[in-house]
Amino acid sequence: MTPANSAATERSVQPRDGDPEITAEVVAGHGLSEEEYEKVLNIMGRTPTFTELGVFSAMWSEHCGYKNSRPLLSLLPTKAPWVIQGPGENAGVIDVGDGYALAFKIESHNHPSAVEPYQGAATGVGGILRDIFTMGARPVAVLDSLRFGDLDSGRVRYLFSGVVSGVGDYGNCVGVPNIGGEVVFDRGYEGNPIVNAMCLGLMKREDLITASASGTGASLMTVGARTGRDGIHGATFASEELSEDSDESSRPRVQVGDPFTEKLLLEASLELIGSGAITGIQDMGAAGITSSASEMAGRGGSGVEMEMADVPVREEGMTPYEILLSESQERMLVVAEPGREEEVRQILEKWELEARVIGRVTDDGMFRVLEHGKVVANIPALPLTGGCPTYEREGIESAEIQALRNMDLTEHLTPEGDLTESFQRLLGSPNVASKRWVYHQYDTTVRTATAVRPGGDSGVIRIRGTQRAVAATTDCNGRFVYLEPKTGAMAAVAEAARNLVCVGALPTAITNNLNFGNPLKAHIYYQLRESVLGIAAACDAFETPVTGGNVSLFNETDGRAIYPTPVIGMVGVIEDVSKITAQAFQRIGDDVVLLGTNTGEIGGSEYLYVTASLVAGQPPSIDLEGERALQQAVLSMNQSSLIRSAHDCSEGGLACALAECAIGDGEAPFGLSARLDDDLRPVVSLFGEAQGRIIISCDPASTSDVLKIAESHGVPALRIGAVTEATDGFSLTVRDGSLSASVAELARAYFDALPNIMDASPATGG
Amino acid sequence: MKVAVITFPGSNCDYDLYKAAQQVGGDATFVWHRERGLAGYDAVLLPGGFSYGDYLRAGAIARMSPIMEDVTSFANSGGPVLGICNGFQILCEAGLLPGALMRNSSLKFQGKDVFIRVERNDMLFTSDYTEGQVLRIPIAHGEGNYEADTATLEALEAEGRVVFRYVDASGESTEDANPNGSWHNIAGITNAKGNVLGMMPHPERAMESILGSTDGVALFTSMAGSLSLST
Repeated sequence: MTPANSAATERSVQPRDGDPEITAEVVAGHGLSEEEYEKVLNIMGRTPTFTELGVFSAMWSEHCGYKNSRPLLSLLPTKAPWVIQGPGENAGVIDVGDGYALAFKIESHNHPSAVEPYQGAATGVGGILRDIFTMGARPVAVLDSLRFGDLDSGRVRYLFSGVVSGVGDYGNCVGVPNIGGEVVFDRGYEGNPIVNAMCLGLMKREDLITASASGTGASLMTVGARTGRDGIHGATFASEELSEDSDESSRPRVQVGDPFTEKLLLEASLELIGSGAITGIQDMGAAGITSSASEMAGRGGSGVEMEMADVPVREEGMTPYEILLSESQERMLVVAEPGREEEVRQILEKWELEARVIGRVTDDGMFRVLEHGKVVANIPALPLTGGCPTYEREGIESAEIQALRNMDLTEHLTPEGDLTESFQRLLGSPNVASKRWVYHQYDTTVRTATAVRPGGDSGVIRIRGTQRAVAATTDCNGRFVYLEPKTGAMAAVAEAARNLVCVGALPTAITNNLNFGNPLKAHIYYQLRESVLGIAAACDAFETPVTGGNVSLFNETDGRAIYPTPVIGMVGVIEDVSKITAQAFQRIGDDVVLLGTNTGEIGGSEYLYVTASLVAGQPPSIDLEGERALQQAVLSMNQSSLIRSAHDCSEGGLACALAECAIGDGEAPFGLSARLDDDLRPVVSLFGEAQGRIIISCDPASTSDVLKIAESHGVPALRIGAVTEATDGFSLTVRDGSLSASVAELARAYFDALPNIMDASPATGG
Repeated sequence: MKVAVITFPGSNCDYDLYKAAQQVGGDATFVWHRERGLAGYDAVLLPGGFSYGDYLRAGAIARMSPIMEDVTSFANSGGPVLGICNGFQILCEAGLLPGALMRNSSLKFQGKDVFIRVERNDMLFTSDYTEGQVLRIPIAHGEGNYEADTATLEALEAEGRVVFRYVDASGESTEDANPNGSWHNIAGITNAKGNVLGMMPHPERAMESILGSTDGVALFTSMAGSLSLST
């Protein structure tokens, strides 16, 4: 490499020929406020060079610097005896027993997916996979949490189908099964789709490796793909609002993915970590070399010095600015043990990839960049990574949303047609209907470990060689959060936990993806703050600490923000895979029991959206202690092998949940005969989305034991009916009304809804 | 039974195939595509995945890997070769099986369980099945639409070289049961000698009830049984 020794410390930094002069416009163009630029001047003690300004701009963007969210994030609980690695690393890690550790994290790719859905989503999956395998874990499952506008728009269909192809093609090619997630359609996401991808990775506890650069003199090496001019300033882009012309002008800021290279990089990285030739490894994700090198230095309490002329590039003439800020995909930065660089190179070569020394770890705490030996950037690493100004703002609830929440919904509670017709409409609404159209485009069974595939409450991956398994789910009802952020955020955590206990998994920890609008607006900041408080309260109550996550702000198009959407990715542990509980009914004659209470709550429901195009009312209240008791009761029933199925009630309420239990995967459906004698209006009783409810089925001989367990946990439980033959139909009666339909008809409404929309109508745009 | 599982850059079902072979008592070894020589192996398995990212055409680059010369001579000398999914595509590209796997007629990747019917059980790969048996096996592919010219298709049918066919749960070979548009609902074929089998569905993913099906086990026990008898 080009000479770069400690004497360089004193070398002065000179602006490069041809670099723009640093003016107020240039500073503003880099997304830095006047106040932030003042801070840059204080840290530097001089005017930064153009290269240095670019580095600050990326590192102090919301995406890398969390400047609007960090004070709030500090309110989240992060500790538990089973947490091995909390927030701050590439991914969180927990102990899942038998010597195994689980690395997991969720990340957003909302902005890129809005302008280039296929590549945006694909690279989102690529990034989260790298976050997992850089911890030393082999990725074993992916989940995707997606939100779009209503499907009657051709543009939305284009975004939806592009995102699904992108998620699928990337994960399929790398060979990581998709085990679940969620897809939501609501006009609240019209201009700004939400694309969050979560990954789970398994490792032996002792294989954990972190992303820090320590050991003065150790070599910094780039491994994997070459650096090109794609995705420059992606991090800054991700921290801006979108506008009508974002489409064309922002495409160059979207990266392009190559899952084949990723697969090679995955295998090479795990082999590298296993070889002991490296001491640190980090993905070059947002802000590329800049963030990976400075963060590794920051964490290691060291400095780094890098020669840009040594970075393998895709084209000639790239400036240090471009090299530092490129977000070309499938690249890693590793710290090699001194003297073992050749070994690193050989491992990469076996996988047909490149590794090159580009610099070294120093002890002077500086982030130093050279170009042919000349210093072009020299920034104190710690203030660069940790000194980003943070903001706590005033949050005020929007009066408009308050009014929506307080709206009188009475007139909407009498269905225009009959109840059965509303029921079928709900079951066929894209939010409730089967998402098979999506997950049949995903490989869900590669790696032969998928014990529960997508379509259920949670996905489950068994741990080969043990009796154990890990379960995962992603959840958030953005309407609830919109109408009352704290309640809605608590509901998201509670729903995730219910989804886990339904398969028999003990909720263990969460990763979260905070998708919000522009936090500089008081009502958005209010949503952000209240949501974080809600997540914190629920995670405390459930003993599910937060081990990391991602913040995606500025999700606005032409000034309209998305619903506040704090997606919860929760993981759980199953000690005995043979005890996994199914979602669907299993046997004719089984009793059907409702755990939890039907309430009069209908606010924010799918029923109101489908029948009245309304997102209004008080969202369902949440009782955290009651939720915890419900979780424990269901787990206890699962442990005692008393129940044959369990399913959470969510969008579409009790009626849709029961229908899902009856229809199952459509191959061997059952009928239902059930009756509920509460004194609620039929619509509310059938379609309300009260929290804290799970439907279970069990052998009639077990029912009294089931009821006893519920009682001992203080959970209301009521036998509401029995599983019948499919040919007997689906019949659900409440005090003043009833639903009655053929199971085949319900199955058609449920399974055909998305294919009918997506395969029949053209997707346009792009 | 000593089996070689060939790993190409981008293979991603090599581990699953390795485990499946082990489950039936096979002695499995990963063989990297740049290695040479297959002497001493009783069978060669080409796994699924995306060798070379499916760039150019699925299997088109992998078939030029150094090891493929050895696979070809192994097959030509009568050694059993099983290619699953991308492995099937590579066998077609290498000319060890006729025809080609085109893009699915839906133009979408298809990942789900399908039913296939065992068309013949008089071969090394299928002896533990009964003829006409219906299997539940996962598929996961974007290019599984089997096509060949009319003469080849007629020969395949006339010579009984269609080993597996997509069917519905009751065993009927219908259009609805065909997940990818394959001609004649073809899911798997063999060569004239019957020692090379290519199939799109993944029997190695149907080895344990916890994974949803055990219908793939008999394919591996068939091989293990036949090979231990012959050696």
